[in-house]
Amino acid sequence: MSFIKKPSVHHPKLPTNALGLNRRDYEGALSTLCAGCGHDSVSSAIIEACYNLSIPAHKLAKLSGIGCSSKTPTYFLNKSHGFNSVHGRMPSVATGANLANRDLVYLGVSGDGDTASIGLGQFCHIIRRRLNMLYVVDNNGTYGLTKGQFSATNDKNSKSKKGEDNPFESIDLAALAIQLGAGFVARSFSGDKDQLIPLMTAALKYRGFAFIDVVSPCVTFNNHSQSTKSYEYFREHNEALGYLDVIPETEEIKVNYKEGSSAQVQMHDGSKMILHKLDKSHNLYDRGNSIKILNDHQTKGSIVTGLIYLDKEERDLHDTINSNQKPLNILTEKDLCPGSKGLDYVNASFR
Amino acid sequence: MSKINDFVVKFANVNGSGSASANAMFAKSIFRMGIPVTPKNIFPSNIQGLPTWFEVRISKHGYAARREGIDCFITLNPQTYQTDVKEILPGGYLVYDNTMPRNFSRKDINYIGIPMASICAENYDDPRQRQLFKNIVCLGALAALLKIDIKIIESLIKEDFEKKPKLIPPNIKALYLGRDFALENLDCDLNVGLKKIRTTKKKILIQGNEAAGLGCVYGGATVVGWYPITPSTSLVEAFQKYVNLFRVKDNGEVSAGIIQAEDELAAVGMAIGANWNGARAFTATSGPGISLMSEFLGLAYFAEIPLVLFNIQRGGPSTGMPTRTQQSDILSCAYASHGDTKHILLFPSDPKECFEMAAQSFDLAEILQTPIIVMSDLDIGMNDWVIDPLQWNDKTSYERGKVLKKQDLDELMNWGRYLDVDGDGIPYRTLPGTHETKGSYFTRGTSHDAFAGYTEDGRINADNMMRITKKFKKSVKYLPKSVRRKAKKDTNIGLIYFGSTSVAIDEANDILESQGHATDLLRIRSFPFGRGISSFIDDHDHIIVMEQNRDAQMRSLLINELNKDSSKIHSILNFDGSPVTANFIVKAFLNLLKKNQVVFKSLKKKQSAA
Repeated sequence: MSFIKKPSVHHPKLPTNALGLNRRDYEGALSTLCAGCGHDSVSSAIIEACYNLSIPAHKLAKLSGIGCSSKTPTYFLNKSHGFNSVHGRMPSVATGANLANRDLVYLGVSGDGDTASIGLGQFCHIIRRRLNMLYVVDNNGTYGLTKGQFSATNDKNSKSKKGEDNPFESIDLAALAIQLGAGFVARSFSGDKDQLIPLMTAALKYRGFAFIDVVSPCVTFNNHSQSTKSYEYFREHNEALGYLDVIPETEEIKVNYKEGSSAQVQMHDGSKMILHKLDKSHNLYDRGNSIKILNDHQTKGSIVTGLIYLDKEERDLHDTINSNQKPLNILTEKDLCPGSKGLDYVNASFR
Repeated sequence: MSKINDFVVKFANVNGSGSASANAMFAKSIFRMGIPVTPKNIFPSNIQGLPTWFEVRISKHGYAARREGIDCFITLNPQTYQTDVKEILPGGYLVYDNTMPRNFSRKDINYIGIPMASICAENYDDPRQRQLFKNIVCLGALAALLKIDIKIIESLIKEDFEKKPKLIPPNIKALYLGRDFALENLDCDLNVGLKKIRTTKKKILIQGNEAAGLGCVYGGATVVGWYPITPSTSLVEAFQKYVNLFRVKDNGEVSAGIIQAEDELAAVGMAIGANWNGARAFTATSGPGISLMSEFLGLAYFAEIPLVLFNIQRGGPSTGMPTRTQQSDILSCAYASHGDTKHILLFPSDPKECFEMAAQSFDLAEILQTPIIVMSDLDIGMNDWVIDPLQWNDKTSYERGKVLKKQDLDELMNWGRYLDVDGDGIPYRTLPGTHETKGSYFTRGTSHDAFAGYTEDGRINADNMMRITKKFKKSVKYLPKSVRRKAKKDTNIGLIYFGSTSVAIDEANDILESQGHATDLLRIRSFPFGRGISSFIDDHDHIIVMEQNRDAQMRSLLINELNKDSSKIHSILNFDGSPVTANFIVKAFLNLLKKNQVVFKSLKKKQSAA
C-alpha cells in the first residue's frame, strides 16, 4: 500500500462525463491493499464504468462482506454510501436495501472466501431472486487477510505458496450463477481492462442479477508458479469468448462488426450491447451451452472469459413481487397506515 | 355445587383429525355469549397423528390464566386416555365416543357416552366426512350439555365456510345430530354450564401474532425478511394478510416487500439492509433464530442501524420444545452477540400490547438507531385472548428519528455519522441517494471514529463505545414504563413479573389478598430498566420475581443491571412449557413464606415502632 495521499485538486482540463464530473470524482480513499493487488484494478474498472455511464455516485450503493475484496468499496466512489456487512452476508443486506429503494444502483463486491464458502447460501439465493444488482467477485483462490489458506474456488491442482496440495474440488461461481438463474454472467481478469470495463458497464445497466467473476491474483499468497490464479498462469491459459461494446441509447452504432461473429442486444433502457464473438460455437443465450463451455474449458485447464450467459429478458425481484413503483422508503403514514377506520374493520372480524 | 360460567373444558384430540376448527368454534361461541374465555392450544411439533389438546377456561370473573383441574374432559384420543382421565376433578365429567364399549376405572367422575362414530357412519357416506363430522357432532352434543346457544355455532359455521358454501349444510346437519342425540338420550342437567352475560360484548378474541403483524402494518413496516419457525410464523403471515387487505393499489402494486429468506441469518440481514436504506423493516423468529441472528444483531448495534425483531419465545434450550411456551431468552436477547452489546427489549403481556408495541417499536428503532427486540411468547402469540378492541389515534405520525435531508446537509459544514451533537448519544444518519456530494459514509462493523472512518485507535473506539452506552441509558425515556400496583394494605413484599405471566399474577394476587396476604406488584414492560423498577426493589424488604424459565434470567438481569442485593430477591419459576397458573404462583409464594425466605411486615407498624 501507499502512504502518500493524493491531492484533492486536479488538473482543470480533465475530461468530464455527461454529469460534468471527471474520473477523480468517482475515486475513493487510498487503497490499503498490497501493491500490485488485482483488486485495485477491479476498483479502477468500476470507477471507469461508473464514469462512462455518468452514474450519479450518490445514487449508487456499494455493499460488501468481509475480506480483502470487501475492503475495496472504500477505494472507489467516495460519494456513494457503502456498507461493509458481516462475512458472507452481503447478499441479504443488499436484498433489504434494494427492496427499500428500487431507484438506486446496487453494486456488491465480494471475494471467493466471502462468496464461495461462508456466503455460498446467500449467494445462491440472491441469484434465485434475481435481485437487480451487479455482484462482483474478486476471485484469487485464497484467504489473504488470514495469510494464504485455500479458498473454495482454488483449483484442485493449484498448490499453495508453501507447496501444499489442494485436495478438494473447486466451485465455479459463474456456472453456479447460470444454473441458479442469473441473467448476466461473465468472467474476466483484473489485468484485462479492455474486456472488464465494457462488461462492468453492461452489467451495471442490466436490470436483474448480473454477476462478474473476476480472476484477480493475490500477489502476496497466490501468485506463485504452481498457482492457477497467478498473473502468469492466467495470461497463458485465458481463452476469451469475445469482447463487448456498450452503446448508450443516445449514440449511434459506429463499431464495424462482422456478420456471424457479432451480435447486437437491445437493453431495457434502449442502449445496445455489441458482442464480438471469438468463439462462434458459443450460444450465450443458452444456459446449458454456457455451462458446458465453462466445464469444457475447466477440464482442459483453460480459463474462459467474456460474457458467458445472457438472458435478454431483463426482470428483477420487484417485478416478481409486484412492489410499488415508488421506492418503499419514501412512503408515508398516508400510504402505509390504514388508520382507525381500518382498525374498526379488523376489530369487527375478531368479535 | 353449580359452576355456571366458571369451569374448565379440555379436548383431547389426534393432530390432523379436523378437531381444530370445531374447537375454535366451541371457544368462540362462548365468547359470543358474552362470557370471558381462555382457550389454550396444546399441540405437538407434528402434522398428523400425535396427541393434541385444547383447553378452555371459562371465567365469569375474567380470569384469563390457565387453571389446573378439568371439569369436563372430552377424550377423543385413546392414546392419551389413561393420563387424561387423571386430570378430571372429582364430580367432573368425561365425555367420550361410546361407539365401542369402554371400561372406566374412576368412580368419582361422571361418564357421558356419545356414539359419534356410529352417528357419522349412519349419516355420511364419505369416509373423510365421517371422520371430520365427529367433531361437529360432539360440538352439537356439547351445546346441549353445556347450554351453548346453538344459533351462535350455526352462524360461526356459516362464517367459516363462507367461501365453501357447499360445506355449510352437512356441517349444520352434524351439529343438530349431536344436539338431538344429547337432548333425547342424555341427562343434560350438569353442574357446569353456560349462561349469557355481557362481559365480552365489546371485546375481541385475537392472537398475539395476529395483533403484532397488524401492528407492523400500522407502524409503517414495508420490508420483511423472514424464515419460518414455530411459533413466530403466524406473525409474518398476519402481516402479509393485512398488507393484502390494506396495501394493494388498484393496479395490483403492493406497498411492501416480503421475502421468505433462506435462513434466519439472511432474514435479519434483509431487515437490516432495508432499515439502513430508510425503510421500516422487521423480522420475526424464535429462540434458535435468535442464536443465528446474533452476529448481525451485533452489527446493527455497533453500526447503529434501526431494526425491529420479534422473538416469539418457545421452550429451549436448543430445538427444545418448539410448540410450548417459555420466557427463556431474556439474557440471550439482552446481551445478544459477541463483544459488549446490549439490546432494548419490550415485553408485551397480551395481544393488545403486541399491537401497540409492534407499532411503537418502529419509532423506537429509528429514534434510537438500534435493534428493538419485542419479547412475546408462544402463549401470547398463538393462543386466542379476550382483549379490548385495538385502537389507533389518527393523529399519530411516525417518528423517523435523526435523518438528515438534502437541505440539512447543504447547511452543515462538519457532519459526522457518529458525532454526538445533541449530547444524548444519538447521532445523525443519512440515507443513500440524499445528496450529490455530502453525507455519504461507510457503514461498518469494524471500529470507527465519529466520521465513520476505520480506526484502530483504542481511545477513539472506547469513546464511541461509551457514547453508545450513553444512548442506551438515555433510551429509557422513550420506552414503555413499568406498571406498578399497590396492595390494599402496606407491605414490605414486592412481586415483579412481565409478559404472558401477567394474567396468572392478577388471579394469584386476588387469591393471596383474600387470604390476607399483601403484595405490591410491578410489571416490567421494557429493558433497560427505568428508575421506577430500581426504586420498587429498594422500597421492599423482599422482592419476588416470577418468570417462566429455569435460571431466573430476569432476576439476574435486574441484579446485574441495577446493582441490587441478590439476597433479598427471590424467584418463582415455571418452566414446564405450559402457561403458568395462579395456583402454582400461590403455592410457590406460600412456600417462600413457610421457609421464612420472605417475611411479611406491615410497614406502618414498623414505622410507628421506630
